Amino acid sequence: MEFFLVQTLNGISYGLLLFMLSSGLTLVFSLMGVLNFAHASFYMLGAYFAYQVSVKIGFWPALVIAPLLVGAVGMLVERFGLRKVHKYGHVAELLFTFGLAYLIEEAVHLVWGRLAVEYRVPPELDGPLFQIMGSQYPIYRGFMMLVSVAMLVSIWLALTRTRVGLVIQAGLTHPQTVEALGHNVPRVFMLVFGGGAALAGLAGVIGGNAFVTDPGMAAAVGPIIFVIVVVGGMGSLAGAFIASLLIGCMQTFAVSLDWSLGGISVAQAAPVLPYLLMVLLLIFRPTGLMGTREG
Amino acid sequence: MKGTFIRAGALGAAAALISFGAWAQTIKVAYIDPLSGAFAQTGEQGLAEFRFAVDRINASGVLGKQKLEVVPFDNKVSPQESLNQLKRVIDQGIRYITQGNSSAVAGALLEAVNRHNERNPGKEILYLNYAAVDPAYTNEKCSFWHFRFDANSDMKMESLTTYMAGQKNIKKVYLLNQDYSFGHAVKKAAREMLARKRPDIQIVGDDLHPLGKVTDFAPYVAKIKAAGADTVITGNWGQDMSLLVKAGKDAGLNVDWYTYYAGGLGTPAAMGEAAAGKVKIIAEYHSNVANNKAAKWDADYRKQAPKGNPDFYFLRGKIMWEMFAKAIIQAKSAEPKAVALALEGMKHEGDLGEVEMRKSDHQLIQPLYVLTLVKSAAKGGPKEAKIDMENSGLAPITDARLEAYTSATATSCQMKRP
Repeated sequence: MEFFLVQTLNGISYGLLLFMLSSGLTLVFSLMGVLNFAHASFYMLGAYFAYQVSVKIGFWPALVIAPLLVGAVGMLVERFGLRKVHKYGHVAELLFTFGLAYLIEEAVHLVWGRLAVEYRVPPELDGPLFQIMGSQYPIYRGFMMLVSVAMLVSIWLALTRTRVGLVIQAGLTHPQTVEALGHNVPRVFMLVFGGGAALAGLAGVIGGNAFVTDPGMAAAVGPIIFVIVVVGGMGSLAGAFIASLLIGCMQTFAVSLDWSLGGISVAQAAPVLPYLLMVLLLIFRPTGLMGTREG
Repeated sequence: MKGTFIRAGALGAAAALISFGAWAQTIKVAYIDPLSGAFAQTGEQGLAEFRFAVDRINASGVLGKQKLEVVPFDNKVSPQESLNQLKRVIDQGIRYITQGNSSAVAGALLEAVNRHNERNPGKEILYLNYAAVDPAYTNEKCSFWHFRFDANSDMKMESLTTYMAGQKNIKKVYLLNQDYSFGHAVKKAAREMLARKRPDIQIVGDDLHPLGKVTDFAPYVAKIKAAGADTVITGNWGQDMSLLVKAGKDAGLNVDWYTYYAGGLGTPAAMGEAAAGKVKIIAEYHSNVANNKAAKWDADYRKQAPKGNPDFYFLRGKIMWEMFAKAIIQAKSAEPKAVALALEGMKHEGDLGEVEMRKSDHQLIQPLYVLTLVKSAAKGGPKEAKIDMENSGLAPITDARLEAYTSATATSCQMKRP
């Protein structure tokens, strides 16, 4: 029972981190139609910026500054890169972000080297939050969950309850009308892309010290966030949330099972399960769990 | 190291004067290892250390007018790419290759080298393996054209379990390894050897996880905890190693980690102080080892090491180059066959004791160390923990030295000599 409880908490907290990562990707996709391959690179940049800032002035300022910096980088990318490429269609955009991912990785190599950097959890968040019959639950995991949920609520409120959110939504489906009403649609897109990047950056600030900050971190999470977006339904924030929790828990519990099938245990196959889920879903429900738009 | 070369130099000086002038001026050795992609860091570390060693040997003049040269070939740790690079090596007329990262690559290269040598007598390639540790290559798949300078994974486990046998506090062991040939070899050897040396130890869990695909090790840690283990044996390396130890620390998991590669290449920096006092490594060298004749070499290397890869890691690499140079001198030839015959059975005064290239299987027999990572002296750790790893604040200290005979496991090799 205790084991079950610990694993559930592990699954949920990992799922929430995955949600932080994939929410930006799914937002940018739903609002702009751009499938951003460099999204995980913004996650990595977030971690490195946070490391740099936290070494100089501490973790808490980094929590705010790093995502803003990543957001700024994202806006520059949109303004001077994507916007030019946009007129050549989605394939060009896709290739652009694909190349960008490599550029960012090499830039990280050049600036911070190839080794992991010492980006640590701040001392006030280091330690056990509570004990469940002998097993500690780290404060930092609790913090991770808190930030993630706060993020979900604020994105939802911003999109549905503010003027900016309404303009963004309208700008997607009726750009000409919105422009005619006097709104600067390209600037809205720039803000959306920057916002998506900033969300990934925030995930990097939180995930970088929980796990590891090294040049391989983008490649490590890149594939899984695409799985989440596809499983949740392209462009659906709620779908991404459900899919993140589902995949987080699925991987966690698969590890705990010692059943085996033809010599391969479930634990061994755990990291492959999300991809299996994605393939099955694409066959039987191509729009994903909550998706409405055409794949 | 100076002493070694003065002695070796005296030995070869006469021969050098007589015959070296007549040969080609440069002996090239192809370095086939990852220099781009996820494992580039590992490959570049080896390359930097080998270039340093070769420069030293060339400067010492033991080879007379001959110069050694390391020529890098990027294989992206792919067996297929390695074979393409081997073709280029052959086309360029290079007769020696060295490789270390991944036993899968080693297997492909070994087979290709054997085939090439069979078909092209007089143009043989010699393969110097400095880190691929699948036991097969000095057992059932052994080859005259292959020499291994790293203890293979069974030998390392032999030494590690010999040390563990004396640790009475070990009662319940959990095995967690990467799901590929090396991880399987570690798991199998650990089970067999523990059953032999400490039958009272209980194996409470045995898991394999995919190589390099796990971000969150918390579920594995919860499982280790639930199994009640006090010790974990793992062959994990790179990110798989550091994330595992970090997750263990977060969950308050109180176990000792017995590892192969926690000292390598980015891992100490990533683990951070979570690892202090808990992580043990089996290796042939660390910078704080007692009676270290390579101390000056180590210090000199650090002074010019590339940024980001500050540590001197491959003592076995230094030994490999020294023995290679000595073999060329003894053979009075840079022909791979003659050099191979000189290397077989060669004894060499290593920096931490005598080593021997066993004739029967071309496996280097060398002393090994069990070491623990502790807080460095600068951070309040013990005095001997002077030099830390990768500026991580973690420094290695010796738990035990295991003499060369400990790991001299029997071989099933039936060598075919040309």
